[in-house]
Amino acid sequence: MSFMKLTASAIAVAAVSATAAAARDQVQIAGSSTVLPYASIVAEAFGENFDFPAPVVQSGGSSAGLKQFCEGVGENTIDIANASRPIKDSEIKTCAENGVTDIIQVRIGYDGIVFASQIDGPAYTAFEPADIYNALAAKVVVDGKLVDNSYAKWNEFNADLPDADILAFIPGTKHGTREVFEEKVMEAGCEASGAKAAFEASGMDAKAAGKACLAIRTDGKSVDIDGDYTETLARISSNPNAIGVFGLAFYENNTDKLKVATMSGIEPKTETIASGDYPVSRPLYFYIKKAHIGVIPGLKEYAEFFVSDDMDGPDGPLAEYGLVSDPELAKTQELVANEETMKSSM
Amino acid sequence: MTDATQFGAEAPKPKTSILELDKRTRKRNAAETRFRYYGMAAVAVGVIFLVVLLGTIVRNGIPAFTQTYITLNVELPAAKLDKKGNRDPAEIAKVTTFGYNGIISDALVTALKDNGVQSDMKDADLRKMLSSSAAAQIRDAVLADPSIIGTTQSFRLLASSRVDGYLKGRVTRESLARDKNLDAAHLDIVDQLQKAGVVSRSFNWSFIFGADASESRPEQAGIGVSMLGSLFMMLVVLCLSLPIGVAASIYLEEFAPKNRFTDLIEVNISNLAAVPSIVFGILGLAVFIQFVHLPQSAPLVGGLVLTLMTLPTIIISTRAALKAVPPSIRDAALGVGASKMQAVFHHVLPLAMPGILTGTIIGLAQALGETAPLLLIGMIGYIASTPPDGIISGFLSPNSAMPAQIYEWAKRADPAYYERAWGGIIILLIFLMTMNIIAIILRRRFERRW
Repeated sequence: MSFMKLTASAIAVAAVSATAAAARDQVQIAGSSTVLPYASIVAEAFGENFDFPAPVVQSGGSSAGLKQFCEGVGENTIDIANASRPIKDSEIKTCAENGVTDIIQVRIGYDGIVFASQIDGPAYTAFEPADIYNALAAKVVVDGKLVDNSYAKWNEFNADLPDADILAFIPGTKHGTREVFEEKVMEAGCEASGAKAAFEASGMDAKAAGKACLAIRTDGKSVDIDGDYTETLARISSNPNAIGVFGLAFYENNTDKLKVATMSGIEPKTETIASGDYPVSRPLYFYIKKAHIGVIPGLKEYAEFFVSDDMDGPDGPLAEYGLVSDPELAKTQELVANEETMKSSM
Repeated sequence: MTDATQFGAEAPKPKTSILELDKRTRKRNAAETRFRYYGMAAVAVGVIFLVVLLGTIVRNGIPAFTQTYITLNVELPAAKLDKKGNRDPAEIAKVTTFGYNGIISDALVTALKDNGVQSDMKDADLRKMLSSSAAAQIRDAVLADPSIIGTTQSFRLLASSRVDGYLKGRVTRESLARDKNLDAAHLDIVDQLQKAGVVSRSFNWSFIFGADASESRPEQAGIGVSMLGSLFMMLVVLCLSLPIGVAASIYLEEFAPKNRFTDLIEVNISNLAAVPSIVFGILGLAVFIQFVHLPQSAPLVGGLVLTLMTLPTIIISTRAALKAVPPSIRDAALGVGASKMQAVFHHVLPLAMPGILTGTIIGLAQALGETAPLLLIGMIGYIASTPPDGIISGFLSPNSAMPAQIYEWAKRADPAYYERAWGGIIILLIFLMTMNIIAIILRRRFERRW
């Protein structure tokens, strides 16, 4: 009896795999978990308003998404990669080696990165990049000398900050957010606190000094979070003294549990990020395989719908969720309409 | 006799009696009593953990099973929805969901006026009380029946997740103080509308049967489609692992010669049972997706990966069940002239069946709750948004699975998704418990002991 079942199921599987080669009618998207909420909102509205099925949006991170994107051209590969950072030259090269040559880069808007703490915790209401650097860097400047970071409390280096133990939950190195944190906060703080000058004075060249600026202390006062913002939120909820790094949209959905700190005196808001006053922000992108346009039904329509004023405009649902709308949206719309690839636009 | 009496007289009189315990016996007895208390304490700790766990799950998850609705009389003006007036479906479809927002605002204003609620809120702000799915719901109704254009229809629309949270006690006026999604003023309106019966809460069937929704509308999300994904995966697992597992164990147990090679296979089957499931996920990605080119995120691939994971469990339990059948059965069958195969298939296998089925069900229950391998084959994300249309598409079109869906919800920013994740856990647990109960019943009813 079981042999019969075995053959029957083997035949069934064979039949099913044969049909797998048939056309795919759904747009496949993968990549950044920061872009995922926006992509899912667009995908849902796209499914409602068009005759195409709602695209599939997988999460997994910018790098994983771009890696999948560069695997090649064909129905077994994804059509769009979401990324919270621009594509790297090395990735473009890998893409080209696998036959993915025409890539359309679409910037959908900006995402703010905020420092927030428990709502009932100490008054972390104003930070400068130098404060974050002094609290978290491996080496800091004390009395003009470069020493290992031994600060235990915030008010030890800035009397305006509360008398509370230093504890920070920052995104792990696999997150795109980490790069922004390093570039816009640690590097800026390194320069402002005089540590960079001290590194260079100690005989390092500019590149080595820049790298030294990014070293985070390893005595447990700074904790890398490899999970999502929900994990950071859970850690913050159980540590009243801690500060954490969040995306603006995540913070805006959890204002009852978190309070946000200003950076260089600027409150993180859609308006301040759009104007560029709030320093810690980054552009969000998605990348389209041009070779798939016209092959996968609905691909171009999805891209155009994504950047349409209805969705991506300053009053659209994406902005409502926390995306900072791109002031140059009209240009992006044109780019998508003309299917301008990265090479021709560069 | 005399010797004995003499011995008794000479020997020192025993100080103990069976009625009076000596020191060592008391010590031993005390140790036993202590051990009993340890045991009871261990059981009590286990029970407490279970109660706390189940209590938390139920307390956090029950709210997901009710949902807040706002019933509105929506006027569907032809001027907005069908400008040319020819009721051509293609023309009507050109009005996107954004075109319906004004109509919904108007309907809300009318509802406030009808119920005597005073408010000086802007129309667009009023709409924050409703889910953004409302526009799609009305548009679908209009597209399904264009003749309702120009009339006023009553719609039961989903309230936004914040309003829903307010009725469930999750959202308060204080917690909204800095929330840009809803204001305390909205809650005053909700209070009055609730009294008037416009806002009401009822059982949430769409949570059990519905599809996943995007991050901005947790109120619409349901676990139904990912439940189908799990079902198709379990079908693949059952159809592959049961025959392969049973055939392998029958061969190993009844036919295979005992030598180094079969020993090696046996050891490796036990090893496979202990391999972390994520390993099978990577294997699935490399073999099924990148090499065989099966579609991504498909329940078929998920089922194949989980089959690899379930096989050792089934083989081990099947072999145990076959071993438990006494040799006398085989000997008797062979004695009356049955071939080896006849003895196995006519006598041993039927007797071992309850054990095999129990093992299979427990293996399936394990596979049902598995998330890690699904991470790698792309079954996590915003995927289970449309139900599959047909059986082939059920196997091949992208879908999620119940545990993957729960994981995805737990990650999302909106606190309403947290509640949904707990609700999903309740449903998953009900499935697992049912499967385990079936396994127990099978074992109790049909298993024979010799």
